[in-house]
Amino acid sequence: MGLGMLPIRTATEAGAAQPLLSVRDLRVTFAMDEGVVRAVDGASFDVLPGQVVGIVGESGCGKSVTMRAILQIVDKPGRIAGGEILFRRRLGQAGAETEETVDLARLPPRGSAMRSIRGAEIALIPQEPMAAFSPVHTVGEQIIEAILLHWRQWRPDGRPLSRTEARQITGDLFRDVGISMPDQRVDAYSWQLSGGLRQRAMIAMALSCKPRLLIADEPTTAIDVTTQAQVLALLRDLQRKYGMAIIFITHDLGVIAQMASYVVVMYLGRVMEEGPVDEIFHAPKHPYTRALLRSMPSLYGQARVALPVISGSLPHPFNRPSGCPFHPRCGDVLPGRCASRVPSLQPVGERQSASCFLYHDVADPA
Amino acid sequence: MTAPSPGGAATPLLEVRNLRKFFPIVKGTFRKVVGNVRAVDDVSFSIQEGETLGLVGESGCGKTTTSRCIIRAMAPTSGQVLFHTRAGKVVDLVPMSRKQLRPLRPEIQMIFQDPFGSLNPRMTLLDNVGEPLLVNGLRNRRERTDRVAELLRLVGLRPEFMHRFPHAFSGGQRQRIGIARALSTNPRLVVADEPISALDVSVQAQVLNLLLELQTRLHLTYLFVAHDLSVVRHISDRVAVMYVGQLVELAPTSAIFKRPKHPYTAALMRAVPVPDPRVPSGNGALKGEVPSPAAPPSGCYFHPRCQFAEERCRREPPPLREIAPGHLARCHLADQLTLETPASGAGGR
Repeated sequence: MGLGMLPIRTATEAGAAQPLLSVRDLRVTFAMDEGVVRAVDGASFDVLPGQVVGIVGESGCGKSVTMRAILQIVDKPGRIAGGEILFRRRLGQAGAETEETVDLARLPPRGSAMRSIRGAEIALIPQEPMAAFSPVHTVGEQIIEAILLHWRQWRPDGRPLSRTEARQITGDLFRDVGISMPDQRVDAYSWQLSGGLRQRAMIAMALSCKPRLLIADEPTTAIDVTTQAQVLALLRDLQRKYGMAIIFITHDLGVIAQMASYVVVMYLGRVMEEGPVDEIFHAPKHPYTRALLRSMPSLYGQARVALPVISGSLPHPFNRPSGCPFHPRCGDVLPGRCASRVPSLQPVGERQSASCFLYHDVADPA
Repeated sequence: MTAPSPGGAATPLLEVRNLRKFFPIVKGTFRKVVGNVRAVDDVSFSIQEGETLGLVGESGCGKTTTSRCIIRAMAPTSGQVLFHTRAGKVVDLVPMSRKQLRPLRPEIQMIFQDPFGSLNPRMTLLDNVGEPLLVNGLRNRRERTDRVAELLRLVGLRPEFMHRFPHAFSGGQRQRIGIARALSTNPRLVVADEPISALDVSVQAQVLNLLLELQTRLHLTYLFVAHDLSVVRHISDRVAVMYVGQLVELAPTSAIFKRPKHPYTAALMRAVPVPDPRVPSGNGALKGEVPSPAAPPSGCYFHPRCQFAEERCRREPPPLREIAPGHLARCHLADQLTLETPASGAGGR
C-alpha cells in the first residue's frame, strides 16, 4: 500500500452522535491445517465518544479476536478477511483540531500510522496483568517508555518530554488510579505488587497516553470479587473524569449490567443482539440472550430448583452449524429457515437490533 | 428440599473440629522455621446427611485447603475430622495412615475444578470412570463396563461414548465424566471444589441442575466450595464464609443472604455485580486488600477493612458465636449491626 494511511472522509466538526469507532461487517479468519476457522464472521457495532460498550459472549464467540482486530494485533495464522474498522482520530494542534476517519482494517499492522494509534489513541487493558508486564523492568520504567514514545499525546505542539517529566506523569497516574505510595511504587517490579495493584498499574499504563478509546479485555476475570468491585469503581470514575469511550469485553453478565450503557451479545463470531443495557436485560429479543439470562442463578431467585438450561454445548469451531449459528441449541427454531439461511442484524426496536428470523426475514448473503 | 435444622434431629455426616493447617515458612541452609502461613486456622463446622454446605471466600482464604484436609489429600496440622461411616462408626480421619484411610476412600469423593486437567487424556472414558472401581476391587471387566455404562447414563451421557477419549468431549461433558467418576464408588460425601467455574455460562446451569438432581436421587451430601455467591446460594442449604483462614460466618442460606451478621459477608455480597442494570451493585465498598495469612492483623482479622471497627476489634479476636439459632458469626458487634445486601429487599421470592 505504501500510503501508510488511507483517509476515507474528513469531518471538521465533531458531531456528538457520530461514532468514534464503527465496526462494519468485520471478518477475521484463522487458516489452520484442519481448515479455516471463522473467528469473527460479520460483526458490526458502533462506539460513540465517551460511551461504555460491553461485548459479552462465551469462549470462542470472537469477542477477544474482534478487540485484537481493532488494534491490528491478530496473531498468525489469523487475518482480517473483510469488513471495515472506521476510527475517527484527532489530528492537528490544540485549538485547531481536525478529525479524520481511518479504516484500521486497511492499515499495515506494523506501519507508522497504526503504531501511532495503538497505545496512544486506542489503549488496551489486558486480562492477565501478570503476563502483560515485563518482570525484569520496573512497572514505572515500562510506563515511562510508553509516555516518551507517545509524547505528542501530552505535548501536541511542543518539545518532547524529558524522562523526569514522564516520571512525574507516571506518579500522578498512579495517584489517579488509587495506588498508595505512588512515588515508591513507580520503582516496584510487577511481581512485587498484589493482583489488585498490578491491575491498577496496568490501568495507569493504558491511560498513560490519554486514549480516546480504551479496550478492557476481561480486566477483572483474574481477580477476586472485592478487588473486582474496586477496579470496576475505578474504571467508572476514570471514564467520567477523562470522558473516554470504553469497550468492555467480558463473559460476566453482572459486570456488563453494572458497567456498560450499550451491550453487544456475540455468539460464534456473530452479533446476536445489541442495544441499550436496560433493553438487553429487561427486554431481550434474541433467544440466545433470553436463554442466557434465564439460565443464571441469581442472588434473589428461587434456590435449589432446576434452572432453565440451554441444551447442548458450544460447537467446535471447525463444526460451525449452517444457517444461524445458534439454531441447534435454540428453543424457538423455525424449521426450514434457521438451518438454511443466516439471519442478518436488523433493527427490532427503537435502538435495539437482533439477528433472528423471529423478528424479520432478512438474511445475509451466503 | 429444606435445610435440616442444625443441631436438630438430623444426623451429622461430617464434623470438622478446630481444624488447622499451617505451612511453615523456612529460611536459610538449615531450613529454620521462621513463621507459619496459617492457611486454615481453627475451622469447625458440621455437615448433615443429605445437606449441601457451601464454602465461600476469596482466593487464599483457605477454602480449598480445608476441603483438601477433609478428603485427606493433605495432613492437617491439628484438629479432628469426624466422619460417620456407612457401617455406623464415627472415625477421625486426621490421625489415620494412608492404609487406614483406604477402606473409607469410596465414601468420600471429589469433583475437581478443571475438567481438562482432571481426566487422564490417555485413558478412555471406560478406564477413567472405571479406575476407582478397579482400585476398589471390581476386577471383572464385564461388570465394570456395565457399571460405567450405568454411571454415564446417570450423568446424561450416552454409554456408547465409553470407548472414546476425553479430548472428544466439551468442557461441560468432561465435567459430567468427572462427576460420573466421583459417583462410581457410591460415595456419601462429595467434595466439589469450584465444579462449574471453568465452564461456559450456557453450560454451567446444566451441570448445576445435574448436581441437584443427583443429590435427590442418590441422597448425596455435598461440600460445595466456590467463589461465585449466586451459584453457592442456588445450591446450598447452609453457607460458610471464610476470611484469612477462619470461618467468619455460618448460617442457613436464606438468612445469610438476606441478613448477614458479619460485615465481611455483607461486603462480599455487595461486591458481586448483579446482572440487572436497575440494581446498582458491585461498588467498591471494601477498602484495602486481604491480609496475608502469614501475618494476620491483631484482634479481628477483618478490622483494618471494616467500617464498623472499634477499639475492641483491634485488640480482642472475636470468637465464633451463635447470634441466632443456627446462625454463627465471628464479630463483636454482630448483634448490633443491621447489614444490607442486594438480596435484603427481595422479600420471599
